[in-house]
Amino acid sequence: MRFDGYDTEGFYDELFDPAGKPRAGADLLIERINGLPETELQRRQKAAEHALLNLGITFNVYSDEAQTEKIFPFDIVPRIVQASEWDVLEKGLKQRINALNTFIDDIYNAQKIIKDGVIPKDLVLSADGFREACIGVEPPCGIWCHITGTDLVRDGSGEFFVLEDNLRCPSGVSYVLENRLIMKRTFPMVFDACSVQPVTDYPSRLLEMLQEMAPPGVRAPVVVVWTPGIYNSAYFEHSFLAQQMGVPLVEGGDLVVHRGEVMMRTTKGLERVDVIYRRVDDDFMDPKAFRPDSLLGVPGLMKAYRKGKVALANAPGTGVADDKAVYAYVPEIIKYYLGEDPIINNVPTYACWREDDRKYVLENLDKLVVKAVNESGGYGMLIGPHATAAERAEFATRIKAKPRTYIAQPTLALSRVPVLMDDHFEGRHVDLRPYILFGAKSTYVLPGGLTRVALKKGSLVVNSSQGGGSKDTWVLNHEGGSSPESTLSEQSQSQEG
Amino acid sequence: MLSRVANSIYWLNRYIERAENVARFIDANYHMTLDIPDSASTQWQPLINTTGDHELFAELYGEANQENSIEFLVFDRNNPNSIYSCVRAARENARSVREYISSEMWEQINTFYLMINSAARDTSMDLPHQFFVDIMTASHTFIGITDSTMDHGEGWHFGRMGRMLERADKTTRILDVKYYILLPSVDYVGSSYDNLLWGALLRSASAFEMYRKRHGRINPDKIVEFLLLDPRFPRAVHYSIVTAIISMNNITGSPRGTFANKAEQKLGRLLAEFNFGSLDEVFEIGLHEYLDQTQTRINEVGAAVQNNFFSP
Repeated sequence: MRFDGYDTEGFYDELFDPAGKPRAGADLLIERINGLPETELQRRQKAAEHALLNLGITFNVYSDEAQTEKIFPFDIVPRIVQASEWDVLEKGLKQRINALNTFIDDIYNAQKIIKDGVIPKDLVLSADGFREACIGVEPPCGIWCHITGTDLVRDGSGEFFVLEDNLRCPSGVSYVLENRLIMKRTFPMVFDACSVQPVTDYPSRLLEMLQEMAPPGVRAPVVVVWTPGIYNSAYFEHSFLAQQMGVPLVEGGDLVVHRGEVMMRTTKGLERVDVIYRRVDDDFMDPKAFRPDSLLGVPGLMKAYRKGKVALANAPGTGVADDKAVYAYVPEIIKYYLGEDPIINNVPTYACWREDDRKYVLENLDKLVVKAVNESGGYGMLIGPHATAAERAEFATRIKAKPRTYIAQPTLALSRVPVLMDDHFEGRHVDLRPYILFGAKSTYVLPGGLTRVALKKGSLVVNSSQGGGSKDTWVLNHEGGSSPESTLSEQSQSQEG
Repeated sequence: MLSRVANSIYWLNRYIERAENVARFIDANYHMTLDIPDSASTQWQPLINTTGDHELFAELYGEANQENSIEFLVFDRNNPNSIYSCVRAARENARSVREYISSEMWEQINTFYLMINSAARDTSMDLPHQFFVDIMTASHTFIGITDSTMDHGEGWHFGRMGRMLERADKTTRILDVKYYILLPSVDYVGSSYDNLLWGALLRSASAFEMYRKRHGRINPDKIVEFLLLDPRFPRAVHYSIVTAIISMNNITGSPRGTFANKAEQKLGRLLAEFNFGSLDEVFEIGLHEYLDQTQTRINEVGAAVQNNFFSP
């Protein structure tokens, strides 16, 4: 199995330069793969898939009667990120989350940024993720978005852009950790040769950060992960994170507000809960504060939260800042609060509620990607160059009817990586979702993150619901590989013969 | 611990144990029918009766024969106590407490489920004994993994208590298989067939060799005593109840011989019955009746466990 016939086809390739030579840092990997016996790579790919199935690392397919679980397709060739590139991304992500957190806090309190005319008031207040119930909330340490997964893409020139901020309940980090585990199992030699930054301490960092948020005076805070239940598509991740942190995984029915405090039902009666890492949408958290018809929630939770009896991560209402319309203003938001230019740029964005932008969008639909601001998961999108004339006409009508709900961006030539296709390699488009923990004491960016890959030839949509898969992401260390010296211990005793 | 989690761990252990025991029933019966001429057509209905699901069976299949009995007990998704349904239910429970149990336990249950799910009825029944042995081994592997990877705290005790209650119930039913199988033909009692049958019964409870070591000759009374009243053999009813109450005491914190709730009280009474019971009394009541009564009492303990711990 060799990369000999591999063609980058004019795209920016994460492993090869335009001349077809391995990029710095990728050469060792390429060399190792080229050196494998014929069919060995396929065998390991199969072994990896088998391991994922046995581990039950699956997601549920909705609308399937038999409750089918599928493994998230996994490609065995890792994506490599250079140390120097990573340094810039890490700084940029920290800067961005810092600004967005300040923005959310401002929106629910003083609203200075609106008063100063940086962002239109009705645009913010009409955002899908804006929550009336959060006005005046002061979360512990002023932190709203504790856990973020920011989607980055790289275009043909090799520059990284932020495509989307996910500030509510970003998922996928469990795949990062499990992918790494699988890679170490199936590819120990290659892994050992490249010096890769570890990702395994994410759960400990997450737990530390959650504990820091506990209400003042609580000595040994009780942290829980709150899941909608086993039929949620991300259930695996919820239980995985709870398990790795060693904290209870609760469902709505396990929680109750008793005398103003949040409690869980145990075999020995009610026990207080201090910090909730919730993976339940805002709307379903508390029927008294949000959707009254929700049966999953915990009545009175928001009241306890407002009184500081319990901490929630992420805070409710953070969705106001990952609205795709608000996204268009993030460069201004960074400038306003931090007085800095963005380190990682936004993808150039046309906001259809601005007249000039709308005119341009309508004239250039065949070149643009149009997105509904309140949709995610790759739904509600028009990819102009791949769309039919009828589809474009339909979107034009929709844009004219509801300009506030649409943005448009140029179709980026997303960077590609080689993936294993039967007996050869082919280039496929990828994005990158790093995870950021924004804590009271420090901000941590998980080195690497989730590389999602559009497995369909030519496709630009990487979402798992639309035929996407994933890859392990290797952020290389500055200094070359070094393995820790082993300390020798005494030999074990043997039976006397 | 969360009541919901305790409930799931208790049930996932019961379901795994149940699947193992259904495999044991069928395996025992299968061997017996091979040994008794012309019995294959008549000996499956009694087996269905011992499982307690005879009404559902009649509704779905009518008359019992080897083929539809195995279908019903092993593969049928409409039978909540088929091996498939049990393993699936165990896995669903395990999935809802994945964060609480060890990854190794989850992986074993998941692999077990994938094996049953992909088992095709045609090819599995080419070598039925091997198939049933695989199921028993998967269950034993799970128990071993549980004991060596899970903290022996409250959750573990809930699991073991569930398993022991299930096992006590099922061992009484395995003994009942023998009762039923001899019922239509009293002539066999004491014949050379009889020894074969008792041997097969012991084997189906993995008890043949241990019995031999303890009692030597095949003696029906001794076998009943061994499977019912032995406090040391791990599949005996007495042993199961002794072990269940140790876990119960650990959960409640009650000193031995005392009780903190209805479930513990009922289980303690049942244990006293076994501690001070004798074989003569069993036969006085009648073996089948005695087994029936014991099953009812174990069910009452189960209902009390549900009430005291899982629905606060």
